[in-house]
Amino acid sequence: MEIFTQQLINGLVLGSIYALVALGYTMVYGILGLINFAHGDITMIGALVALTVVQALAAAGVPAPLVLVLAGGCAILVCSLLGLSIERVAYRPLRRAPRLAPLITAIGVSILLQYSAALIWGKQYIALPKLIEPAAINIGGAQMTTLQLAIFVLACAIMAVLLWFIKASRMGRAMRATEQNPDVAGLMGVNTNAVIAFTFVLGSAIGAVAGLMVVLYYGIGHYFMGFMLGLKAFTAAVLGGIGNVGGAVMGGLLLGIIESMASGYIGDLTGGVLGSNYRDIFAFLVLVLVLVIKPSGLMGQAGGDRA
Amino acid sequence: MSRGKLLEVRGLEVAYGGIRAVQGVDLAVAAGEIVALIGANGAGKTTTLKALCGLLRPKSGSLHYEGADVTGKPAYHLVRKGLSLVPEGRGVFPLLTVAENLAMGAYIRNDHDAIRNDFDRVYALFARLAERRNQLAGTLSGGEQQMLAIGRAMMSRPRLLLLDEPSMGLAPLMVQKIFETVRAIAAEGVTLLLVEQNARLALETCSRGYVMESGRVVLEDSAAALLASPRVRQAYLGE
Repeated sequence: MEIFTQQLINGLVLGSIYALVALGYTMVYGILGLINFAHGDITMIGALVALTVVQALAAAGVPAPLVLVLAGGCAILVCSLLGLSIERVAYRPLRRAPRLAPLITAIGVSILLQYSAALIWGKQYIALPKLIEPAAINIGGAQMTTLQLAIFVLACAIMAVLLWFIKASRMGRAMRATEQNPDVAGLMGVNTNAVIAFTFVLGSAIGAVAGLMVVLYYGIGHYFMGFMLGLKAFTAAVLGGIGNVGGAVMGGLLLGIIESMASGYIGDLTGGVLGSNYRDIFAFLVLVLVLVIKPSGLMGQAGGDRA
Repeated sequence: MSRGKLLEVRGLEVAYGGIRAVQGVDLAVAAGEIVALIGANGAGKTTTLKALCGLLRPKSGSLHYEGADVTGKPAYHLVRKGLSLVPEGRGVFPLLTVAENLAMGAYIRNDHDAIRNDFDRVYALFARLAERRNQLAGTLSGGEQQMLAIGRAMMSRPRLLLLDEPSMGLAPLMVQKIFETVRAIAAEGVTLLLVEQNARLALETCSRGYVMESGRVVLEDSAAALLASPRVRQAYLGE
């Protein structure tokens, strides 16, 4: 029972990070029908920028909370600009091209970001300097660190605000209208290019926060870290129903829990043949199962268009 | 640019790929007029409207609206100037509610009190929409979607309203209801340019008309004269 509670806590924390990254995939897919495979790498850039800021400021003796805010702010700024430029340079010229063209471009952008990061930060793992000493809270015999709690609460707050924003704000309504019919949205006075650019900025900024969380959680960063994170978040988005913002939140949390549970019990279940280092299998097992059984995902829309 | 013209089009050409769908159209609409644009399927009526409202970029020719050259300006710019299109096939946002669709119509406006009044006005005009305000637009019938599309366009407070085939695919009773509304909108002082395949209904509603064939305007006259013209009677009124 303790393992269960512990893995549930770990899964929710991990899942909330997946969910934040998944939001970036799903929002862009919703509005453009494009899988932005560079999104995981945007998150990686955010993580490494945050790491660099922490390294620089922690050495200078700046207080930890201020360091975190500045690291997050810099990561958000860099990632937003990156998302904006990628959309403008790599995707907008291909807006009316066959779907395969932007998809291949996305993979190209992903590789470009990875090796640019390798040039800037090198190919070795970068360690996070000791910044905070998280205390542990006892929940039903399981441990939750204050860092885990902070990550989970912040992620949930971001998701709640985003869901509200898309549902209730004028801009959110314009995003949904552009998603459903860009030409008619234009007739309503919506500058759809600006809405699409805004969607990229929003997704990238949220990805930047997720990048900072990953760095704090695991204590290291690496130029290739966006690859696996991106694939898992993509899986989470597909699991929830790609294009559906609420689905990305649910898919992310669910995938985190599935992965943690699997890595907690895999040793017992296989008599010690497989260890928890095999946990990545489960994310992709989930991806295959969803695509086979319910390709539209858990909250996928089966088209309400009758006109 | 002559005086009193709200919209003036000269030598409009629009091409899809290599195909010239509109080949040199001239037309003008004065403020307060109701003008019909009739013609067979594929004559270029919808393409003309799409170019007028900025959804398609003309290959050549000029568009003047309220005396200003707006050739090649995007749709989101023109709607701010009071030029609004109700597109063919309604184009409602299926996954937004009726109320959200109407709110999109008022996207360019900031006068919240007046917007609230306009919501009430649209709901008074179309009681069905009021009943279904929280329903997704995709679940409405074709006629209800047409009401929504017209109501949504009214929410932008247009000066010139372009209507593309408002009767398409609707039952006769619904067509009557829609045309009653069109006349009511015109009576409020909104200038209308109406594209219709139902030529008789269009000409009976409008004061003036243009007839398009193969991407060109072939006739232009008062609605009464067009209704009496043998050519129109034979080709479009089924006589």
